[in-house]
Amino acid sequence: MELTPPPTLGAGDRAGFVSPNWVTTRLDDLVNWSRANSLWPMAFGTACCAIEFMATAASRFDLARFGMERVAYSPRQADVLICAGRLPFKLAPVIRRIWDQMPQPKWCISMGACASTGGIFDNYAMVQGIDTIVPVDVYVPGCPPRPEGLLYGIMLLQKKIKGESVFDPSLRVEQLADQRGMFLEPAAVDELSEPFGNSVHQTRSA
Amino acid sequence: MADKRVLELALATPGVDAAGNAVRLPLVPAGQTAQEPELDSDHMLINIGPQHPATHGVLRLVVELDGEVVMRVIPHIGYLHSGFEKLGEYRHYNQIIPLTDRTDYLSAPANNVAFALAAERLMGIEITPRCTVLRVIACELSRIISHLVWAGTTAIDIGAFTVFLWMFQERERVYNLIEAWTGARLTTSLTRVGGLMADVPDGWTDRLREWCRRFPKTLDEVDRMLLRNGIWLGRTQDVGVMTAAEATNYSLSGPMLRASGVAYDVRKDQPYLDYDTYDFEVPVGERGDVYDRYLVRMEEMRQSVRILLQAVDRLPEGPINADDPRVILPPKKKAMSDMESMIHHFKQVMEGVPAPAGEVYFPVENPKGELGTYLVSDGTAKPVRWRIRPPSFLNLAALPKMAEGHLLSDLIAINASVDIVMGEIDR
Amino acid sequence: MSGAATPNASVATLRARFGAAIGRSAVVSGATIVHVARERAHDILAWLRDDPDERYDYLVDVTAVEYRDPERPLEVVYQLRSIPRNAFLRLKINLDRSGPLEVDSVVDLWQGANWLEREAWDMFGVRFVGHPDHRRILMWETYDEGHPLRKDFPLRGRFSRAEQVRRALGADLSAHYSMDELSIADAYASLPADLRVGPRHPAPGAETSRP
Repeated sequence: MELTPPPTLGAGDRAGFVSPNWVTTRLDDLVNWSRANSLWPMAFGTACCAIEFMATAASRFDLARFGMERVAYSPRQADVLICAGRLPFKLAPVIRRIWDQMPQPKWCISMGACASTGGIFDNYAMVQGIDTIVPVDVYVPGCPPRPEGLLYGIMLLQKKIKGESVFDPSLRVEQLADQRGMFLEPAAVDELSEPFGNSVHQTRSA
Repeated sequence: MADKRVLELALATPGVDAAGNAVRLPLVPAGQTAQEPELDSDHMLINIGPQHPATHGVLRLVVELDGEVVMRVIPHIGYLHSGFEKLGEYRHYNQIIPLTDRTDYLSAPANNVAFALAAERLMGIEITPRCTVLRVIACELSRIISHLVWAGTTAIDIGAFTVFLWMFQERERVYNLIEAWTGARLTTSLTRVGGLMADVPDGWTDRLREWCRRFPKTLDEVDRMLLRNGIWLGRTQDVGVMTAAEATNYSLSGPMLRASGVAYDVRKDQPYLDYDTYDFEVPVGERGDVYDRYLVRMEEMRQSVRILLQAVDRLPEGPINADDPRVILPPKKKAMSDMESMIHHFKQVMEGVPAPAGEVYFPVENPKGELGTYLVSDGTAKPVRWRIRPPSFLNLAALPKMAEGHLLSDLIAINASVDIVMGEIDR
Repeated sequence: MSGAATPNASVATLRARFGAAIGRSAVVSGATIVHVARERAHDILAWLRDDPDERYDYLVDVTAVEYRDPERPLEVVYQLRSIPRNAFLRLKINLDRSGPLEVDSVVDLWQGANWLEREAWDMFGVRFVGHPDHRRILMWETYDEGHPLRKDFPLRGRFSRAEQVRRALGADLSAHYSMDELSIADAYASLPADLRVGPRHPAPGAETSRP
């Protein structure tokens, strides 16, 4: 998979950074408010969490009142990638491509234990957390998280967006670890994927 | 793509030579010369998925189109392969129960029951009468909620959005019941080997009766909208036909098989959980098209309500767990106060319960079809092989047969009618 | 599946007809299991399907089992059902683990075997001779960590996590085509050399392979 690495931030970019003043903060408030309240989700639903996502979008919990009226099935028109469900290795290039196809500004919510860390699937087939592949803004734990949990995660993301600044260029640039499209250094991937706690003892077969 | 041409491949099994090696197919047959491509003989290769709202999960369909007509469709699966069967070899039998939730996540209690029944047959354990009836209730509730999702997503694929909202609202009402019983809406882990995780709370059966009284009205509303709707009939009748002989040869099961006219239902033909003592009918279709599958599943929901009311009437008092200290944990009060019980609890949790060497194949009638659990044991507490015989896997393999020659929009309707769940297909 | 200890009558008929090709049989947990010789397995299965007294018209499952005990052979397991007679039979073929893991494909008998045999190949490395589309099905075609359900394959796989991520991201999405799909697709060039066999139509810019 060919990915051209994004331009790295150099010294010249710092010159574009404006110190916050009354105008910029008002502008930031306006932009952040509009972004946070019209997040169109890219529902990357894979497994059980996708059913809870659908339940959150349905009548009882209703994502539409959070501005997520239009669930975008095309990444080109989406703002937030909600990875709902486990991510096997075969699906890894797919989510990476979908993430790359989303235009900035974009955010990512990792819904559920499997998307956040690999969940109960600490085996050969499962990516141990989508944060080894795409940058994640909010992790929603649960297996699956209740719709209220997902809504809380979305509200946390809205809060995070409201703390951003349009004039901070570093927020909208993604740094890839290497030329081949790996998002993290191999050592970082291994460290994130290390089993911990009870997982360490659960590879004995007999 | 102007230079891509496809020959009409008359071969039934392309791609393999006599020795079983893969071969490349020539675009131009031997002896002919390549012709200039004509615009109206171009076929288009499109890719649907794996991320797509209408594939019902991470399924990838590679479709070769001649205009709008599907010439070939090749499904690619494995995008949700999670290594369940491998994990099962590293887990005790009770630890596998939570894994079964996540295969067919639309009807988790039924999967829990299927695995527990297989493990109990392997270990030779008899469950109590109350547990038997409660498991029937769990299975039929699962059937209903799975068919609700199927109805909602099929309707939304064909264009009727309202049905999706109604079905999910009913599913929420069932979630209330399931959550009161197990604590979880979706991934229930309801059973244990030899019994259940918990008994139903007080007043639960009354709530179930009340829900059973009101639910058929929702089904009637859906039928009023779809059953004789001209658009629905036009989109679903004579679309995706499988004859009875084909359905048998393709190893279809469940509503797919019955809609094609084969009257096989595991509950009737290989009864388990005393299903032969319940009074219910199994709907069987005639034409084997998408419309028949719709009729079969809607009627199955009504029959499930009938079974639920009978089950709730006959629910006996008594314990939910078998009286078998080998498999059942001691009651918490004793485990916390009595040394011997505490040791027993510890050993069972840490070491698991060994199953005698042997094997078992236990089929159950899941909402999607025949879910078989094939367990092989070598005498230890972890199975040697946990094979899930997934109904959706085999049902989906027949998709090329059903869809070739139809329009692209029919392909979507047929895919919806198969009622797949990728968690079960890919495991 | 009631009637615990009496074996399915098909076993006796099989022994009478196929003689030495039928190995030992047993009734375990209510089901009859019979072992058959690999060389005659296809004939035996065809006869079971077509004989008017047997009529095992429904293939329930095809899978493989590898035991933890290295002495035991790898078993290929066929689960058959006769819908008209409501009968059930389990057939097994023992494969010596040190020899070639090959059996004849039964796709020509039951179409349901198509994907089931592909999965057994993917997970266990058992070859099904005569299968029309012998590719991996659950893992991607260029997956080379091994066959996951083998007992010598570790639970977390053979490569490090970083290597697994790297290989997964490097897999060309379009390359997951079957041979007949590739006659029109661009992804032929990105397949590894051993999967690119036979003559092909040269697409602009791609290398031509030898016939």
